[in-house]
Amino acid sequence: MVHLSRWKVILLAVTLALGLLFSYANALSPAQREALPGWLPKPTLNLGLDLQGGSYLLLQVDVDAMREKRLQNLSEDARQVLSEAQIGVAGIARDGNGVIVTVSNPQQTNAAVDALRRLLATGVGLVSDRTVNRLGDDRIRYAYTDQALAQMGPTAVEQSIEVVRRRIDSLGTREPSITRQGADRIVVQAPGESDPTQLERVIGQTAQLTFQMVDVENSLQEALAGAVPPDAEVLFGEDGTPYLVKRRVIVSGENLVNANVTTDQSNRPAIGFRFDGQGARRFGETTAANIGKPFAIVLDGKVISAPRINSAITGGQGIIEGSFTIASASELVNLLNGGSLPAPLTVEERRSVTASLGADAVRAGQMATLIAFIGVLVFMVLSYGLLFGGISVVALLMNGLLIIAAMSLTGATLTLPGIAGLILTLAMAVDANVLIYERMRDEANAGRSPIAAMDAGFNRAMVTIVDANLTTILAALIMFWFGAGPVRGFAWTLSIGVVTSVFTAVLVTQVLLAFWFRVARPKKLPIAS
Amino acid sequence: MSRFWPLIKLLPIKTNFRFVRYAKLFGSLSVLLVIASVFFTVWPADNKCGGLTCGVDFLGGNLIEMSTAPEPVDLAEIRASLNQQGVPDAQVQSYSVPGSDPTGRFHAMAKFGNLEGVTAGETINRVKAGLTEDLGAVQFTRTEAVGAAVSGELLQNGVMALLVAIVLMLVYIWFRFEWQFGLGAVIGLFHDVILTFGLFALTGMEFSLTAVASILTVIGYSMNDTVVVYDRIRENLRKYKKMPLGELIDLSINETLSRTIMTGVTALFALTVLAVLGGGPLQPFAIALIFGIVVGTYSSVYVAAPVLLLWGVKRGGPDEIKPIKLGMASRP
Repeated sequence: MVHLSRWKVILLAVTLALGLLFSYANALSPAQREALPGWLPKPTLNLGLDLQGGSYLLLQVDVDAMREKRLQNLSEDARQVLSEAQIGVAGIARDGNGVIVTVSNPQQTNAAVDALRRLLATGVGLVSDRTVNRLGDDRIRYAYTDQALAQMGPTAVEQSIEVVRRRIDSLGTREPSITRQGADRIVVQAPGESDPTQLERVIGQTAQLTFQMVDVENSLQEALAGAVPPDAEVLFGEDGTPYLVKRRVIVSGENLVNANVTTDQSNRPAIGFRFDGQGARRFGETTAANIGKPFAIVLDGKVISAPRINSAITGGQGIIEGSFTIASASELVNLLNGGSLPAPLTVEERRSVTASLGADAVRAGQMATLIAFIGVLVFMVLSYGLLFGGISVVALLMNGLLIIAAMSLTGATLTLPGIAGLILTLAMAVDANVLIYERMRDEANAGRSPIAAMDAGFNRAMVTIVDANLTTILAALIMFWFGAGPVRGFAWTLSIGVVTSVFTAVLVTQVLLAFWFRVARPKKLPIAS
Repeated sequence: MSRFWPLIKLLPIKTNFRFVRYAKLFGSLSVLLVIASVFFTVWPADNKCGGLTCGVDFLGGNLIEMSTAPEPVDLAEIRASLNQQGVPDAQVQSYSVPGSDPTGRFHAMAKFGNLEGVTAGETINRVKAGLTEDLGAVQFTRTEAVGAAVSGELLQNGVMALLVAIVLMLVYIWFRFEWQFGLGAVIGLFHDVILTFGLFALTGMEFSLTAVASILTVIGYSMNDTVVVYDRIRENLRKYKKMPLGELIDLSINETLSRTIMTGVTALFALTVLAVLGGGPLQPFAIALIFGIVVGTYSSVYVAAPVLLLWGVKRGGPDEIKPIKLGMASRP
């Protein structure tokens, strides 16, 4: 080690330059960073939510509920199609992936199969996700394919992420991060948003908008008493008013092209909407056939309003009146435009921290790091003298620089436990130096010449250093694997710290000691007794 | 002494402590401590977390931290408000914030279960509204809500992480040394981990995700320490082929003692700073690490090394105990 190998010096110089290049931006204010030319890399430390304040939401996509709903819809579909084709149905029963329809008159079974098969053609794409099979004289199975059922969950999660992203964007949240976790979970991180209430409300709404006819042929009173007709259901308005609504959906939010905030005749906030071609046609046909009857506008199972149809609405445009405020109307408009969630979302975990608490934590962390750093520095100089102690301090400084650079460069998140990891790393970083110096001292005391003592000290200490630090890395990797959020931040900081500290303690010490040896040609090591 | 600088020495250069002689005494003490820690950790058994004070991470539920500055916080009033709202299992305590509120006069923390038939997030929203109504101007600085499913998984993952860490350490030491050493290291590890659990149980410090991280760090540190001692034992085994194992262990511990103390003292210093200045959630973390480092250092000297005497080590020719070369260092 004593003859300075050129590549080590170059490696050290390059590392130092890179360390400065990727960490200097942290010392500048945001305004100063803006003023820098664009080609200059200016990565900065990414502070975790616990340090900069913000909200964390873990959402569970309720895939089972969605599957259940889809299977229920199969029987609604079948009932409606067969009644339109005027085929009598004796019964519809659930069966695994789908339903089994029993036809009243076996002679109509073929016609029923044809009618149901037409439902398959409405699906987009070449291969339908459902199948229709005749089972016997009067029975037909109408079901999802296994593949479609298996695909439903992942697709729903993907779609949910998209919808959640659009909704959060509409709130104007700063740099939200929305990621998938595991099979059916979504993590939303919104820095700066210290009150997740609004976020949660906006994300949690399914926003299923449907237009359904109100059932005027049957009695609402009887339905409330329990005699609900099979093709209808009782829904409630915002104020608790019950409505008997036909199950059949005329038009749903899927046919919505655009929604906007507008006002009704008496100047109250209302929601304007426009349907696509298919929606406009269906809405036109239904309204034309039902003039004078009321229909219900239903959002997530709640009746927003139930206006009477005065004339056929053929343009595919209209307004929804309800008890809206400007704020609630615009929130709903954003939800409708963002699309509905394919499956209900439930909040499983939620954490939030205000920015001021985060700032306090950062200040305390900075203070603790600084004092710990100075303490270690003084301790090393006192123990090993200005030269050897000073060299370990230089290594420690370089180590700090490299940690900041590596964390800025990799976009790693510094969390509160991460600061603890940093402080611990500082203390552990000198361990490599201590091992090397203690070894050199032993060798020198055993009567070796300074040069031989230094060489042997380095080589022997290396084995120990590698063994000892690999164990810390292993522990950190496990934390990264199993841990969540802040713990991961800690693990990452610790791992980076271990790598950089071994690197700097060994290389910086080696190069500086070699320089010193070349210049001073000592007869005796200053740390030897 | 150097003529450059009056170097302080924590210890004389050459120490000659006879650690192994007291191994039986300290070994029995360790066994007692481990048994006591296990007892306090698992008892009472009907509790999901035993004697540990689990946080919302592992038990599920809600946590709110609030500040009533500039008015001093009135814990009784907060308790009354929570009770009146019918929030189950409410616990209220004050806490300090480093810098702005070091004595904890203005900050309170409340932990509680979910209102009946209401999700965790919604419970928090209602409780916040209720507290604002009863207390006037309250600033909610931190909220946490963890559902039952997630808390169960977090607990499971935490336990898994600890077990995997210990097994990996065993495998690593086995691979780098020999099985006798691997077993010794793992006994040392169990000792340190169980005592740290005992610390959490006895002090009632909150056992959370951060606590698991601190225990994993203790594992890393303890191994680090043990490896340094073992490395020296392995080296001395080749150097002094005839020396009795007990003496050889003493020699190796003595030779590495100044390093053990140096590193331990710097780490303890840095962590003490953290415990004093870090405040809030970092304090238990730092305390657990301080404890773990003390215990880890002790166990390297008094548990992991002497325990080798129980089953001995292989003392064949140099080729049999040669370490596996990592390719970066050469031994003479």
